[in-house]
Amino acid sequence: MFDNLDFDVIRRSLPYLFLDGMSFTLMLTGLSALGGLIFGTLIALMRLSGYRLLGRVAGLYVDFMRSLPLVLVIFWFYFLVPYIGQWLTGASRPIRVGAFTSSLVTFIMFEAAYFSEIMRAGIQSISKGQPAAASALGLTYSQSMRYIVLPQAFRNMLPVLLTQTIVLFQDTSLVYVLSIPDFLGAASKVAQRDGRLVEMYLFAAAVYFVISCVASYGVRRLQARIAIVR
Amino acid sequence: MKHRHIIGCLVAGALCAGPAAAQELTGTLKNIKDTGAITLGYRDSSIPFSYLDDNQKPIGYAMDICYKIVDAVKKELKLDKLEVKLNPVTSSTRIPLLANGTIDLECGSTTNNVERQKQISYTNTHFLTASRYVTKKASKINSIDDLKGKPVVSTAGTTNIKQLTEANAARNLNINIIPAKDHAEAFLMVETDRAVAFVMDDILLASLVAGSKAPGDYVISKDAFSKPEPYGIMLRKDDPAFKKVVDAATAALYTGGEGQKIYDKWFTQKIPPKGLNLNTPISAELKNEFAKPSDSPDPDSYK
Amino acid sequence: MNYNWNWHIFFEPNPTGAGTYLDMLVAGLLLTIKTALLAWVIALIFGTIIGILRSLPSRTASWIGFCYVEFFRNMPLLVQLFLWFFVLPELLPRAAGLWLKQLPNAPFWTAAIGVGLFMSARVAVQLAAGIGSLPRGQKNAATALGLTTAQGYRYVLLPMAFRIILPPLTSEFLNTIKNTSVAITIGLIELTGQARAMQEFSFQVFEAFTAATVMYLAINIVVVTGMRFLERSLAIPGYITGK
Repeated sequence: MFDNLDFDVIRRSLPYLFLDGMSFTLMLTGLSALGGLIFGTLIALMRLSGYRLLGRVAGLYVDFMRSLPLVLVIFWFYFLVPYIGQWLTGASRPIRVGAFTSSLVTFIMFEAAYFSEIMRAGIQSISKGQPAAASALGLTYSQSMRYIVLPQAFRNMLPVLLTQTIVLFQDTSLVYVLSIPDFLGAASKVAQRDGRLVEMYLFAAAVYFVISCVASYGVRRLQARIAIVR
Repeated sequence: MKHRHIIGCLVAGALCAGPAAAQELTGTLKNIKDTGAITLGYRDSSIPFSYLDDNQKPIGYAMDICYKIVDAVKKELKLDKLEVKLNPVTSSTRIPLLANGTIDLECGSTTNNVERQKQISYTNTHFLTASRYVTKKASKINSIDDLKGKPVVSTAGTTNIKQLTEANAARNLNINIIPAKDHAEAFLMVETDRAVAFVMDDILLASLVAGSKAPGDYVISKDAFSKPEPYGIMLRKDDPAFKKVVDAATAALYTGGEGQKIYDKWFTQKIPPKGLNLNTPISAELKNEFAKPSDSPDPDSYK
Repeated sequence: MNYNWNWHIFFEPNPTGAGTYLDMLVAGLLLTIKTALLAWVIALIFGTIIGILRSLPSRTASWIGFCYVEFFRNMPLLVQLFLWFFVLPELLPRAAGLWLKQLPNAPFWTAAIGVGLFMSARVAVQLAAGIGSLPRGQKNAATALGLTTAQGYRYVLLPMAFRIILPPLTSEFLNTIKNTSVAITIGLIELTGQARAMQEFSFQVFEAFTAATVMYLAINIVVVTGMRFLERSLAIPGYITGK
């Protein structure tokens, strides 16, 4: 059953798969996680701000994004981002946005909804006495958030945030639908050019599997360490 | 200025309509000048028009034509340096990505028809091809009617899948149409027996068959879903200044004989990555069109 | 925004010769629902089996459960669908592979099974956590009553655990619906696929995607409302969520 397979095709395409494909995937994952975390924290703060309208807008955004399949969101943003850019900058025609930037915006906006729920839970896990003590010490709201609440919330939620990042790492493979050469896209391009679907897809699956496994093992270790400290 | 004007006239030939530089720049040209960059949309597997070589760099007949257009744009805007950005597109994404400014020119194998001209513009035709289908010889499909009730694949977003869909409805064929992301993926569906046939432009089918593991196993149909239709490089609609530059550049290329040379390079000689030779000399219709370049969507105007 | 809006496009005939563009999208919506329901049944069946395995005292059983979950959780869904669709038939004996590939509606079955197994790993994790959250007394009481392990699970542990994990299961069901859209990569023309097809045929990108978005929101609202009723009627007295 493996007799007419040619696993050498993998060796021949390794530089392309990793230098182009995997670096795109990792860069997209890293920057989206960072952007999603920042943006998600802002959304979480809006929801917990106590301003009715602000909280409502943030809540709607989160519910909206979480109702939609990522594939649809990827299509939406790829076609829409240049118009948003035009609207934001007041330019006369749509802004030229490259494939990477466009995917980055998509994943930041999409993941922000998920990260915000995690950060919200994290902020709510801090006992009320802490911000109260902070304000008794004369810290302003933003100072108390910055120095007291958010660092602890982030720390408590670190394993969950990292797990979500592993999900994000896997989800970036969906840019395949736009023919953007991420790791899976690169593998499929080689697979289709050389007619080596079986070899390339098995290899891609193995790579994703190993990376995700090692990463989630790391997260479990981290979780155990944090649990003891607390 | 005078010198420029003369070159412009030489380039544009009969189409030369006076000094463009005197006018204020608008649209795509302004955008290119402001950013110092132009973005070409390329395809993964439109062999030999626009596809990836061994280093995953887009090459092909349409890419060569686009680079000539880029040279003309650079000259028109009097730029010392013009950065060329490349963005992958599929049949499904190419029109929205052109409309939303992600790409400035689409260099591939896009059929020029009246319907699409309502959305975007084309420059002069660079190829003529009809819509047919490829099957394995072993599956013994002899006519479109033999496809009845079978799974047939085509590439999402092409005129071919639309023609197949329409024929399916009109002739009650009850074909199970599978949309694929790109030509290579669609062809693999036939190669792996997921589908019995792949409906596509015959030239693309011929190159996919030639590059496959066992070219002898396949046969391209005599039956066609369409007349030979023109391929054009797409640009945004309602941008006459940019279209004028692009049209002039392609017209000069085709009438001056260089078009024929580029054609021969991709269709009658060995091409990367596998050293295939498509052995498809230029057709009489395309030769006529090269002598009198046209962006008409009407297949009958190329006879 | 220089884009030609045309909201009437939904009522114009589509090129399939059967009805309007709106009909196309509705057909996609129905296929999304059908695929998601079948996938969800598969996810519940396999998720329950694996969830139970994970909660059993046997080392081997929980190891098998662990491996299953890790296998399906550590690969992107898209890659899993490719494995089922493109790779599996090639690794089978030729006749079996050919039979598999020529099944009518192969993308539908592959999508339902692929998404179902992917989601089953998540259901298993939720269920194992649900069983783990039950007081140990429940299991002991079942044993004391003379129930076998199987009976204990059937009559005591599972009914409790499932009612406790109903809220997370709701969101896993919503994920199942959303995940069916990944199957456009293997040629399933569900809602997102029909929206894309409509964009390709009519060139009205944003109308097509807006309609699909509205339909996904509607499914979400229906499911969330329905599950809320279910949660209320199944709530366990004495628990926080109970009456």
